[in-house]
Amino acid sequence: MGKFVLHRLLQAIPVLLVVITATFFLVRSAPGGPFSAEKAVPPAVLKALEARYQLDQPVLNQYFSYLGDLAAGDLGPSFRFPGRSVNEMIYAGLPATAELGLYALLISMLLGTTAGVIAALKPNTAQDYIPMSTAMIGICLPSFLLGPLMMLVFGIWLEWVPISGWGNIPGDKILPALTLASGYTAYVARLSRGGMLEVMSQDYIRTARAKGLPEWIVVIKHGLRGGLIPVVAFAGPAFAGLLSGSFVVETIFQIPGLGRFYVQAAFNRDYTMIMGTTVFFAALIILFNLLSDILAVWLNPKLRQQTNGDSG
Amino acid sequence: MVIPDEWLVMNDDLTLPGATDTERGSSLWRDAWHRLRKNKMAVGGLFILILMCVLALLTPWIAPYSYEEQNLVLGAAGPSAQHWLGTDTLGRDLLTRLLYGGRISLAVGFIATSVALTIGVLYGTFAGYFGGRVDATMMRLVDILYALPFMIFIILLMVIFGRNILLLFLAIGAVEWLTMARIVRGQVQSLRQQEFIEAAISMGLSQWTIIRRHLIPNTLGPVIVYTTLTIPSVMLFEAFLSFLGLGIQPPQSSWGLLISYGVETMEEYPWLLIFPGLALSTTLFALNFLGDGLRDALDPRASKD
Repeated sequence: MGKFVLHRLLQAIPVLLVVITATFFLVRSAPGGPFSAEKAVPPAVLKALEARYQLDQPVLNQYFSYLGDLAAGDLGPSFRFPGRSVNEMIYAGLPATAELGLYALLISMLLGTTAGVIAALKPNTAQDYIPMSTAMIGICLPSFLLGPLMMLVFGIWLEWVPISGWGNIPGDKILPALTLASGYTAYVARLSRGGMLEVMSQDYIRTARAKGLPEWIVVIKHGLRGGLIPVVAFAGPAFAGLLSGSFVVETIFQIPGLGRFYVQAAFNRDYTMIMGTTVFFAALIILFNLLSDILAVWLNPKLRQQTNGDSG
Repeated sequence: MVIPDEWLVMNDDLTLPGATDTERGSSLWRDAWHRLRKNKMAVGGLFILILMCVLALLTPWIAPYSYEEQNLVLGAAGPSAQHWLGTDTLGRDLLTRLLYGGRISLAVGFIATSVALTIGVLYGTFAGYFGGRVDATMMRLVDILYALPFMIFIILLMVIFGRNILLLFLAIGAVEWLTMARIVRGQVQSLRQQEFIEAAISMGLSQWTIIRRHLIPNTLGPVIVYTTLTIPSVMLFEAFLSFLGLGIQPPQSSWGLLISYGVETMEEYPWLLIFPGLALSTTLFALNFLGDGLRDALDPRASKD
């Protein structure tokens, strides 16, 4: 297990390096040059940029100085807002985004696995079709459509919940969290249904039943552990999705989070901000993929044996 | 003596191995079609999809108004006999705009998916066919690419190089080929050990001919299923980017863009949000149901029992 973790950790480093390199050279290759003076950048910013990227030097030197700064945790200055750094923007936006993501993750895991398990217990009956058709709606109604629709119905027409803001009025976190959670709830429901269907036909489940255990103990104690492996494996990629989902949800509900800042930076062509946040997001996504891989192996004894045999 | 390629193909090009010993008339494809026809949701999906495609193709002839035509006096009006789905704030006919938007949304879906299809199938076949070190290296690269946060990269690309629709096709296609390559490679690996490939090799066919005539056609089943499921995810991604203002740019229009306009004025003119949303989600539903249906119909495990 330790060997496996180390192996995965070592794999993550080149990936991160690829991301940083690609981001750097993509931004540098922007038509007309991203830092050209024609874009009316305040002189103070330009000066900071010149110092930061040593713009008078060869590109490779700039690249290595950028790598050095990143290693020291410095993501660079903002190109549009003088005096602000990417680090500050991230500190300002991260709490709201993290909170929103956490709620969405909790909702989707609880609701999704419950629906999936219920559906898997009686496959091809109404108990299966109803939650699974609802899940299909969650997949086909993207957040940028579901969010505004819920806002319109529950916020504007019925006036049950506030429609924008974050932490100002009680209840203003409900709609954003539900919107962000909808797609994941649906995926988790489908995944846990598939996982449970497979596990519940295994011999050890039959053994547990033969022992005379009550059905709910069989399901919860013996079924869930194996049945939820696909859900855990999905948690890593889901995190990347939650992040991009937060771009939309934060924009719609005007939440001062990282996602909204990122979209604004993309809109303003704030190159250094985009560069910095891209690297930051990438590092987070890689980290979460790593964690979910490790968790999946830890949960699955079969995989654990394999990883002990060889380092793959 | 030169043996025509056709002799080496049992039944026909489209038959999957395993079905080769079944009698004529119940090929895997015919069976699959029978199973698919019984699945009402999938048939409904197929029907809606064909309808959408026909509408998109015929748009310039059937659109009730011209794309640019404004009616500022009318402004935003709800559905009426003249304007079935109402008009937007500039008095433009929403149905017309939806039809033109659908052309772009569907085009992005199909073109980006075919980019992914081409790269993925060729890459996967190559890796699976040559195996060994070539395979290990090629799939290693896929693993690394899998770990990259592409969504963010595409946004970066769109910001840097302008919101170019061609670039959007290529960028999305370049992301989606990875899973396709994995699926095809797995298929080719198992096909590679079948006798008909050995026969083809012993006949002295060139490797390219074997790949083209015997391997690729036999991977079609899973490829079709995955393609059907890729199209909606691509369309969704385009709509997502356009919604954020980073995808399709006016005067061009797509369902995602129309939805984002609809959101701005949804309080006063809800139909401007509801109809584009309906168009997008209906198409996504259709594609997903069709894909699920195809998977059930073509799944070899399901066909055993």
